Formats: sequence, structure tokens, C-alpha cells
Amino acid sequence: MNIHEYQAKELLQKFGVATPPGRAASTPDEAKDAARELGTDGLVVKAQIHAGGRGKGTFANGFKGGVHLAKSTDDARELAFKMLGQTLVTHQTGPAGRVVNKVLVAKSVDIAREIYFAILLDRATAAPLIVASTEGGVEIETVAAKSPEKIIREPVDPLAGLQPYQTRKLAKQLGFESSQIKAAAKLFDGLYRTFIALDCSMVEVNPLVVTPQGEVLALDAKFNFDDNALYRHPEVAAMRDTAEEDSREVEASKHGLNYIGLDGNIACLVNGAGLAMATMDIIKFYGGSPANFLDVGGSATQDQVTEAFKILVGDPHVQAILVNIFGGIAQCDVIAQGIIGAAKTVKLHVPLVVRLEGTNVNEGKRLLKESGLAVIAADDLADAAEKAVKAAGGKS
Amino acid sequence: MSVLVDKKTRLCVQGITGSAGAFHARECMEYGTNVVAGVTPGKGGQKFDEKVPVFDTMAEARAQTGCNVSVIFVPAAGAADSILEAADAGVELVVCITEGIPVMDMMRVKAQMRGKRSRLIGPNCPGIITPGQCKIGIMPGYIHKPGAVGVISRSGTLTYEAVWQLTSRGLGQSTCIGIGGDPINGMSHLDAVKLFCDDDGTEAMILIGEIGGSAEEEAAEWIHANCKKPVAAFIAGATAPPGRRMGHAGAIVSGGKGTAAGKIEALKAAGIAVADTPARMADTLIEQMKGRR
Repeated sequence: MNIHEYQAKELLQKFGVATPPGRAASTPDEAKDAARELGTDGLVVKAQIHAGGRGKGTFANGFKGGVHLAKSTDDARELAFKMLGQTLVTHQTGPAGRVVNKVLVAKSVDIAREIYFAILLDRATAAPLIVASTEGGVEIETVAAKSPEKIIREPVDPLAGLQPYQTRKLAKQLGFESSQIKAAAKLFDGLYRTFIALDCSMVEVNPLVVTPQGEVLALDAKFNFDDNALYRHPEVAAMRDTAEEDSREVEASKHGLNYIGLDGNIACLVNGAGLAMATMDIIKFYGGSPANFLDVGGSATQDQVTEAFKILVGDPHVQAILVNIFGGIAQCDVIAQGIIGAAKTVKLHVPLVVRLEGTNVNEGKRLLKESGLAVIAADDLADAAEKAVKAAGGKS
Repeated sequence: MSVLVDKKTRLCVQGITGSAGAFHARECMEYGTNVVAGVTPGKGGQKFDEKVPVFDTMAEARAQTGCNVSVIFVPAAGAADSILEAADAGVELVVCITEGIPVMDMMRVKAQMRGKRSRLIGPNCPGIITPGQCKIGIMPGYIHKPGAVGVISRSGTLTYEAVWQLTSRGLGQSTCIGIGGDPINGMSHLDAVKLFCDDDGTEAMILIGEIGGSAEEEAAEWIHANCKKPVAAFIAGATAPPGRRMGHAGAIVSGGKGTAAGKIEALKAAGIAVADTPARMADTLIEQMKGRR
């Protein structure tokens, strides 16, 4: 799960990480109030969407840039007016862009130096890893490709945690002056405590800035949370903004389905994540294009299958549906009943290819046959993919 | 011959009185697995299905029944603790089926298990089976057949697919190990490969991987240097969009790392035959075995 910049800063402040003072606003008047409360003429107004590249983005109404400096409270109001309710397109949003529902009004800070600082869970060592660089403010992948020697890596012992000497060592490696070491070390420690306490898979601060006065601040922050741990962080779960997500994915998650929308025209319904990925791969191999990833899970109920089917049928790009089930705990007859149930409530207007194997396969096949549904039966995985690609109108 | 589990395995089921635990304990027993104990805190002294003694703790189960392997069906919030409890009791192998364990919990489990005698398979996995002898997990037993192919996979149903392809072509399996789809897990592809390479009853291997991490590359490198047995592989997720978590928490391409293309290249460079589609996993292995003869 991802959150907005203003939410990330709220979380960081709770852990004592210094950020420029700011407030979120949903209307131009709220933006003006926020600016007044900050009590300064040096302000910045930032569009809040779950995508990077906001500063260089363009609004659908022609207004350029999702990050602007404001010199007065009226300026802040005017900028908020131009951004709120508008669609911002950046290099990360795709051409459709994202609607801006909130802006962050914050104190603008002068920048002497920009630093990159991230903590992530490194799967190779099964431990937290700090990745930092003096080259902040740009994408870290670019730094890694151009000047890998400028990337600093500091592994952390998973049981002992980040030690104070490590924060000082990092501060020195990142070029902090002696007078700034304490502030930098405190900020690194706060970020690490945030990372651990909130079950993050990544916390990225880019840029972390040093002001001409020597203050050390997190200017922007990005979080990735472990979805499996959200149950123990209701305050984080409440920060989910479904307006930022694919509507098909939001609907699927309500029913406990694992769905990811893609651009193709062959919808897939599969049990198991590995088999679901492999099914997408084989569709592509035979020249087709998958419309989605969908894992109905090991213990899918009839209702879940019905809901999954509704989402697939409701996608206007879909020209064929491929059901690929290898029954283990999931039973073929239950899946068949789910499909039949869905066909009663939504009209099936595209060809349906079904491949069933495993637990209760004969019962599943019989149910589908007797239902009168126009099912194209497939013998195995390759046969199913070929038939689905053909049914969707051949190679894409 | 087989690896890790066989007729002599004495299994304990942690969470045996829960719905999933009870269902799969029965399935395993029906397959012929010797289930000697169950653990559910607060239900010690009961008998499961009037046969299997239930204990409050793993320590008691181990002391009183001599169980040497444990399988975990405990819900995600308590599963990490159950793994540590099993390791503390000193069983040789812990198989954790549970899906959805927070990754930080697994990070701590992994660190605490270092240097202990117990091996861990999973979490978020189908389990392990030596066909005809011992089934520990949630896989449908009937698709397997005793034989000499070792199967290693991160995925459940994709393993069934490979096994079914093998069985349908008359090739049986020595042991099938589902190592699980989480970013931090116990046994790796490489750990399993080493076991199969040393096992006289295993003549060939199928290695099934997916996008994310670098476990497949490590296994490939080792096979190239140390293992003469024919190996076929498949990597799922060539068409997955970068930055998205494909169902398994571990299946994600991030920062250009862990791509299917990179893994396939590493496998091929190590002399491993890579199936071009998931429908050709068994056929690819058969071709590889013929080529070696």
C-alpha cells in the first residue's frame, strides 16, 4: 500500500523526523487558511497524488507543474484553485493522469545540499539495508547506473537494530559537517524506528536536505507498507486512498481477490499466484495479451468466483475469458458453480475458455456441460491458451 | 529414495484443531503420513479424531511422541511464533503452510533460526511430498507418482501443473518441495537443489521459479559448478508489469532487478533447459534427459 506525501510527513513527525511545517488542504480556502497559519511568505504548494515527477508534470487544463512556490496567502489560494479537481499527468502516471484531491501547503526551505536516504528490507540477507547517496534529488536508479561508487550501503542486524555509531558513520559518509552530525543521526534513527514500527518494506526520503543554516530536514518521503502487516496498523490502513487505485482492483480487494489490471484483451481467472502468472505468460507466448492477473486463491468460495467473474465481464477491453484451474484445496466443482452463478446475473458477451484439472474435475466439467453455458473446453494449458487467443480474435 | 521426508517421518500438526489444520491433517493421514501428534494451546489432553494426541506445547509433543517433523496451519498472526516454538523443540524440519505472515516477523524468525538444527520450508507454500510415502501439506496426493524426478517450486498450483505433466508422461517424482512465495523464506532453491543433487534416488530435477529476488540465479550458478544431473526450469512472470506485487509478496520486479529475462539467461548460461511455456515443463526435462544419455 502507498500513501500521500502529506500523510508520510505526519507519520514521520510522530517519530521525531524533522520535516518542513505544512498542512493538507482540500479546497482553495483551506489552502489560504493553512498558509496563514504557517505564518510565512515563503510557501510551497504541492499537488498530492501517488506518483513521482509532479514538479515537471502538466495538468490536463494546460497549467504547468504540480509543485509551485507561493509568495502570499492569496498566492497559495490561487495555486490550490488551479490544481484541485484537476488531472495531473506526470511521467509516472501514464497518459490518463491522476485527479488532485488534496494539496500540501508547506513552508518552503532554502536548500544547500540534497541527499538520498532509504531503508528497505533486503531479501538476499533477510535484513534491513540502508541505501544512501550524496546525489539526492534525482532518481536513485540513475545514480546507480552512472556513478555506482556514490551509493552507500549499510546493512542493519535484524535483531539488534540500527546502532548509534552506524548513524554517525552514515552522517560522515554523506558529508555532514561536525556541527550537523547530531541532527543527521537523530533523523536517521527516527527513520529507522518508523520503518520497523510501521512494518514498512521501504521508506525513501528523496531529497533529504541541508539548509544554508545547517538544518537537516526530510523534504519528501515515500513509504511502501507490507500489506500482510496492515492488520496491526489500523492508523496506516486508514490512510489508503482508493481514488488512487484501479477501480477494478479496489472492487476485487473488497472480495478478497488478488487482481491486477493490465492492458490486454484476454481476461484470466486462475487459482494460485504462480499459475496465474504462468497463464499470462502462455497467453503472450501464443500471441495474445492478458487483460489482468487474477488469483482467486486456494480456498475460493462460490461467491468469490462469481464476483471475480463480474469484474472480468465488466471490463470493456475484454474479448475472451480464460479460466485455468488446477484444483488442490480449491475444488473444480466449486469454481464451476461460481461461473454458472455469475452467468445468471451478468450477460456473458465474450467467448469463455475453461480448463479444469485436479480435485473434483469430473464433477466440475459435468456441471458446466449441464448448465447450457457456451463453454469452450480445453484439454490442457497450451490448448487453453491457444483457444483463448483464437477466441479473442487472434494475435494482438 | 527421497529427501527430507519418507515412511519413517513422524509428523506433528501445529494448529490441528483449526478448520484448515484438521482438514489437511486428515488428508495427510489418509495418504499414509504417520501423524503422531497435534498441538493446540489450551486443548492438551484431547484426541484428534480419537487417534492423535493433542498437546499444549511443541516441547511436550516432541518429548512424548518423538515427532521429528512439524507442519504449521496456525493463522498468520501467530505463525512466526509457532515456527520458533517448533525449532526450539528441536524437530529436524518445520513446514509452514500459512500465508500472509508479516515479512518483519519472518525476518526475525530467520535470524533466530541461524545455527539451530531445524530446517524451515515455507511459509506460504504447499508443503513437501515424497510420493507413495509421506505427504505433508495441501497438495492433492493423487497427481503424484513415485519415481526419480525432484521438483522444487515457489508456487503451489504451478507445482501441481509440473507434477501432473510428469505423471501423465509416466515419470514419477522422488520428492516435491514447495519452498513458498514470500520474500523471506526458509529453504531456498539452492538448499533444495543441493539435497536432490546428493540423493541417489533423484536422477533429474525440475526447478520452478518466478520473478523477484535472485534465488534462481544462485541455484543456477551452483548447479553449473557442482551438479551433473539434468535440470529443466521454468520462470513465471515474464509478462508481469514492473513494480507490482504479483500475488506472492516475493513476486515483484523492482529497480530493474529480478526480471524473468535475467533469470532465464542465468539458467541457460548454467546449462539448464528452460521451458518456453509452462505447458512444456515435463517435455523440456525429458528432452534434456535424452540429450544427456
